[in-house]
Amino acid sequence: MNKEREITDKPVEQDPPDHLGADLLQKGLAEDPDYRGEHPEPRFFITDETEDDFGGRMMTLNLGPQHPATHGTLRVTLKVRGEKIIAADTEIGFLHTGFEKLAEHMSYQQWVTVTDRMNYMSAMNNNVGYAIACEQLLGVEVPRRAQVIRVILSEFSRLADHIVCNGLAGMDVGAFSLMLWAFERREKVYDLMEAVTGTRLTTSYTRIGGVFRDLPEDFDELAKNIVEEFRSFLEEMRSMTIGNRIFEDRMRGVGVIRGEDAINWGITGPILRASGVAYDVRKAMPYSGYERYDFEIPTQEDGDSYARFVQRLAECEQSLDIICQALEDLPDGPVLSEDKKISLPEKDEVHQNIESLIHHFKQIMFGHGILPERGREVYSATESPNGELGYYMVSDGEMNSYKTRVRPPSIFHFAVLPQLIEGSMISDAIAVLGTLNVIAGELDR
Amino acid sequence: MRTTLTPEQITERLAKRFAEGVAAHLPPGEGSTRLAIVRRDLLLDVLGFLKSNPELSFDFLMDVTAIDHLHFEDPAIGERFAAVYQLYSTAHNHRLTLKTPIPEDDAQVPSAVELWRSALWAEREAHDMYGIRFEGNPDLRRLLMPEDFPGFPLRKDYPLRGRGERDAFPQYLDSGPVSRPVAAASAEDAPEGPGNGEGDGE
Repeated sequence: MNKEREITDKPVEQDPPDHLGADLLQKGLAEDPDYRGEHPEPRFFITDETEDDFGGRMMTLNLGPQHPATHGTLRVTLKVRGEKIIAADTEIGFLHTGFEKLAEHMSYQQWVTVTDRMNYMSAMNNNVGYAIACEQLLGVEVPRRAQVIRVILSEFSRLADHIVCNGLAGMDVGAFSLMLWAFERREKVYDLMEAVTGTRLTTSYTRIGGVFRDLPEDFDELAKNIVEEFRSFLEEMRSMTIGNRIFEDRMRGVGVIRGEDAINWGITGPILRASGVAYDVRKAMPYSGYERYDFEIPTQEDGDSYARFVQRLAECEQSLDIICQALEDLPDGPVLSEDKKISLPEKDEVHQNIESLIHHFKQIMFGHGILPERGREVYSATESPNGELGYYMVSDGEMNSYKTRVRPPSIFHFAVLPQLIEGSMISDAIAVLGTLNVIAGELDR
Repeated sequence: MRTTLTPEQITERLAKRFAEGVAAHLPPGEGSTRLAIVRRDLLLDVLGFLKSNPELSFDFLMDVTAIDHLHFEDPAIGERFAAVYQLYSTAHNHRLTLKTPIPEDDAQVPSAVELWRSALWAEREAHDMYGIRFEGNPDLRRLLMPEDFPGFPLRKDYPLRGRGERDAFPQYLDSGPVSRPVAAASAEDAPEGPGNGEGDGE
């Protein structure tokens, strides 16, 4: 690693600007040296000259990347006639940071911190998904206590994600208090996260083979308090929105997607279930012991923004149930695999014990570390708050993965947006975008 | 009727239907799942079969990505690139990983957009990152990188810190390379003579 850093730290040589010419184009595209990827014009099919029956003119309107209702750096370009959206096109990549490239240059343990930055609303679910993928790659058993801790914290994280999404969706259609209530409630969850992991947002709590440290002593009490308060909070959120004439008029019947279309577009998670398809990775292919808990997969029929809002509330109830069961179920024991080739020894041990020092050294030094078998590959899916979060990893036997691909749920949700809003009003586009819960960090990686 | 098949059974069925066009490959290590490696000219036939056969009925295309085998040759692939498809069936609750080798000097593969719309952006990203052309995809614009970006960043011969693109985006270069050497240029390369020194009253 150090050697590589020396090389790459050298300043980039100042060539003339045309050094981005032919030598940069990869060999293999030799038959077409000018090929730099294809960038045709935006997808619009109606030109500005088109007039409607009343002589109205088309206008191009940019929604984002700095629009407050996009909740992140998303850009939607709208062709509108009056208030009506005739065509829409999207652009993403403003937050692209090359996470997948970084994964090819960082060790397996190091990359845990990067997963936090993907869906920053629920970093814990990303941590857990990545740890499970690595454990499958290595064939490591996780202690039972660590699995239950992962379940509890994932579900808390899911709660925070769902209610903030709902709160922001409410704010977008005029129910401003929903947002304030949701953020207040999320703070409580973050307090819990802070007590357990030491950080509020970027948790980095999982390690390959378990979690980084055990729960604090008063965890049980803290968690039960939050669960209690959450139940009454969900009731408040319901009473504010369900049956509220303004809210229902804004949310019902906008952004409708039918179940089979949703499947075809690769949509997963609450959005898919709001369209009536009961697919949830926690039930379909249980991981971390989800098969031990008694919970249901709620579904809605309508597939519109309102259904998605109600769906998230219903899923919060299930998460609370899972948390209660898991708290009862929490066994004693270690929270990190005892395999010394996988997990770092305790720091005290490292200072006092030569064997632990060697184990520590073997994991930290360049060229050592966690080495999966050459040629091994896995695709591991977990249920993140937004849907199926997949990690596809290939190992070449070195200390960093040869290929890591994240399947972010958001990217498929955002791809369908133009279909959902074309033909509707601009204000409907806001109501749709709010309930899709597109997280830019996860979208762009 | 819900009948979950193992990847072994699925690849067996594919081999029976497509003979030598489909090979089953088992990665090393305990607990690995078998995956199907499909010849490129048969790709759309195989994907169509996987989607429409009632015993398989893969209605979800979860993901499309690619691998660059430049530094790690895989004898099962035998080419520089491979496109990787993750499939899932809601009806039968089974999964399959499918790969297609793509030669370096002809980096293209037929698009699966006609079968699954989820391929639209997934292929767009794979194209953006690896420069593989998905023939038939109606929207192969760059997805994450700027549209005038010259390289393909996830290829293995593309360096981690880039090739100096930050200093050389064409739109910022109208007045020459102004980014880094500003200070140096003003001190050393400034033409001598009156009118360029300080305090000439401009």
